[in-house]
Amino acid sequence: MLLWENIVLAINSLLSNKMRALLTMLGIIIGIGSVIAIITVGDSLTLSVSENMQSMGANDVYVMVQRKSEEEEESNIDGVKFGSFNSSEGMTEDDYLTEDMIKEMCNKFKDDIYAVNLQYSAGQSQIEFGKNTANVNVSGVTAGYFITNEISLVSGRMFSGEEFSEGKNAIIVSDKLVNKLFDGDNRKALGSILEVNVNNQVSAYSIIGIYEYQQKYAMGMALGSGDNVTTDLYMPLKAALSLTHSKNAYPYAQIITKVGVNSDELAERIKNFYAPYYRNNRVAEVNAITMSSMVTMLTDMLSTITLAISIVAGIALVVGGIGVMNIMLVSITERTREIGTRKALGAKNSSIRTQFIVEAMIICLIGGIFGVILGVGGGIIASHLLGYPAKPSVSGIFISLLFSMSIGVFFGYYPANKAAKMNPIDALRYE
Amino acid sequence: MSTIIKLENIVKRFYEGQENELEILHGISLEVEEGEFVAIVGPSGSGKSTLMNMIGVLDRPTSGTYILDGINVGDADDSELSEIRNQKIGFVFQTYNLISKTNAQKNIELPMLYSGTDRNTRVKRAKELLELVEMGDRAKHLPEELSGGQKQRVAIARAMANDPAIILADEPTGALDSKTGRLVMDLFHKLNKEKHKTIVLITHSNELASETDRIISIKDGNIVDIKEGKKVKNENTNISNENTGNNENNENNVNNNIIETLNNDNLENETTKQNEEIIKEINVKIDDSTTDESENDEKNEESSNNQNNENGE
Ligand SMILES: Nc1ncnc2c1ncn2[C@@H]1O[C@H](COP(=O)(O)OP(=O)(O)O)[C@@H](O)[C@H]1O
Ligand SMILES: [Mg+2]
Repeated sequence: MLLWENIVLAINSLLSNKMRALLTMLGIIIGIGSVIAIITVGDSLTLSVSENMQSMGANDVYVMVQRKSEEEEESNIDGVKFGSFNSSEGMTEDDYLTEDMIKEMCNKFKDDIYAVNLQYSAGQSQIEFGKNTANVNVSGVTAGYFITNEISLVSGRMFSGEEFSEGKNAIIVSDKLVNKLFDGDNRKALGSILEVNVNNQVSAYSIIGIYEYQQKYAMGMALGSGDNVTTDLYMPLKAALSLTHSKNAYPYAQIITKVGVNSDELAERIKNFYAPYYRNNRVAEVNAITMSSMVTMLTDMLSTITLAISIVAGIALVVGGIGVMNIMLVSITERTREIGTRKALGAKNSSIRTQFIVEAMIICLIGGIFGVILGVGGGIIASHLLGYPAKPSVSGIFISLLFSMSIGVFFGYYPANKAAKMNPIDALRYE
Repeated sequence: MSTIIKLENIVKRFYEGQENELEILHGISLEVEEGEFVAIVGPSGSGKSTLMNMIGVLDRPTSGTYILDGINVGDADDSELSEIRNQKIGFVFQTYNLISKTNAQKNIELPMLYSGTDRNTRVKRAKELLELVEMGDRAKHLPEELSGGQKQRVAIARAMANDPAIILADEPTGALDSKTGRLVMDLFHKLNKEKHKTIVLITHSNELASETDRIISIKDGNIVDIKEGKKVKNENTNISNENTGNNENNENNVNNNIIETLNNDNLENETTKQNEEIIKEINVKIDDSTTDESENDEKNEESSNNQNNENGE
């Protein structure tokens, strides 16, 4: 019998029992939905991270001072400690990298290092101006920072050499901040004085430049989205350090490598280079990682999560499949007379089998479609909450739908075969 | 005219080899000519439907041979039987058995779907058949939107879909009031006369049975009487309601009509399987051209017995 007729038949049969069909599909919907959701979130995360790698430089090496771990922590994957940026607890500026230490490193690896950017996050702050407020991360940077991070000014000027070397109270702010505090009026913003409160210490800074805000990610985590986003407020490194430090020491350095350098290997060598400096230090040590190792770590984590959710989804799908099988058995029993009639009209066993397999397939396919809708919707919402642009995977959707149909075939085969093998007389006599 | 249905010594047992083995047909032999309209009558449980299922190749006999339109059905496999049902036979059931949630036209298209007829031909043929059964305006109606008589007419149209040689109708008017039953019966006459269909009709109505060419009476799995129908149509209305329902009488009636006498194989089966009463009964094969008026009187008594039995159920 023609496939199309079977499909129409199956849909009619489902429509005549909508609630039952929906309940039957639930397992499939949940299974497919969760798979699609995790694929959507995972894909957008991976995509964002790899896009971000371009801007942050996949080959850059990040050197940071972090808490010494007594023993290997569980989060230690591939020698990278996730979340270690914030574990500065118990450390003092005496533990940070001094200018001398950085210079020594530059000399030792001068064939590999192209430039070193130093950056210091002084902390978060809420800036008030008139009736408006804006949230910022106060960041002290060196000249190379703007180049390597591809930050471009839309108005005003860059810090001068003098401002850098003397740590003048000049700041460069985002266009988002100008939107919030100055209604987007760049001319009004430039030269304005902002009072910035960092660590309960209020200082006044004048805006000399405005940069174009780009969605930025640190360690693959978005910093926010929309107009209420927390943006970076840049000031000369020295100015930032003076907020909290008495001497010039750096917890963090970004190393731009020369072309063709194996940055993972360099990171390892830098780590080893600094190891003797910190041998007797009880709280701190130096870690050096690359963007690509961070991405590897992230994708590893993600695939672990994906695997876990896939197992749950797989169980849901199997349970859903059994549900489909069950309802098909019920349906076949209810329609025993119909099967007998069809056989009397000349249906071959194979026609009956096909009819019910198609019906099981359609149940699963429709369940799969609902699951995809739910999964894509959930994935988009989750991606937005995490601050990523959502990227539903077309191939993932396609494969999921094919997979749900094969569940239909697999779990529909037994009931369909049972129907096909019914004795026409017994079927017709069935009450 | 050639023989289209030829049953020889058909025996049907259920639960064969088990403790509760049941022999329902005890060696039926019957021939139906092409274009003939035959009625099968008999009390409920006598094996009419079982016989009908054999004729319609829905079931296989335990023993005996069945030649359908020159084909020895015993040699056919399940798939071939499906094809035979699809091409040569149109079933009409007491309970209509229309496929629910499927409109009248689609129901009629079903046998053509199974035979692989293309869509345009299917639709065209289904519409023609709807016109034939005077249901042209109900093509898109679902079975639940039709009355019993209308459903049965759709079912008859469906039985005609692949232009089968034989229409098998198992109590097609059983669930209908006499007026709609009349309409359905007229339709069978029309198919028989105009479309030259061979029709085998099981009915409990002596009136309807008497309108056919030949009436075959079945009792307890044996053909106990065969007589010509149309000739007795009027006399049937005058028969006394005398209750002569004992087996001696039946036996006499049957004996009076014997042309070809009993089947010895059959008797042997019966002695082992059946009770004393049945042993006395005889399986007959009658050439209906030899029946005459005097015999008919006696047969009428038998018919009325059957009617009484059926009414009691
Ligand atoms: N498939 C079957 N399995 C077991 N018993 C059956 C089956 N079909 C019919 N019978 C039995 O055979 C007997 C005759 O049934 P049937 O042919 O339907 O009678 P009728 O149509 O004359 O009323 C009944 O006793 C019935 O219970
Ligand atoms: Mg019956």
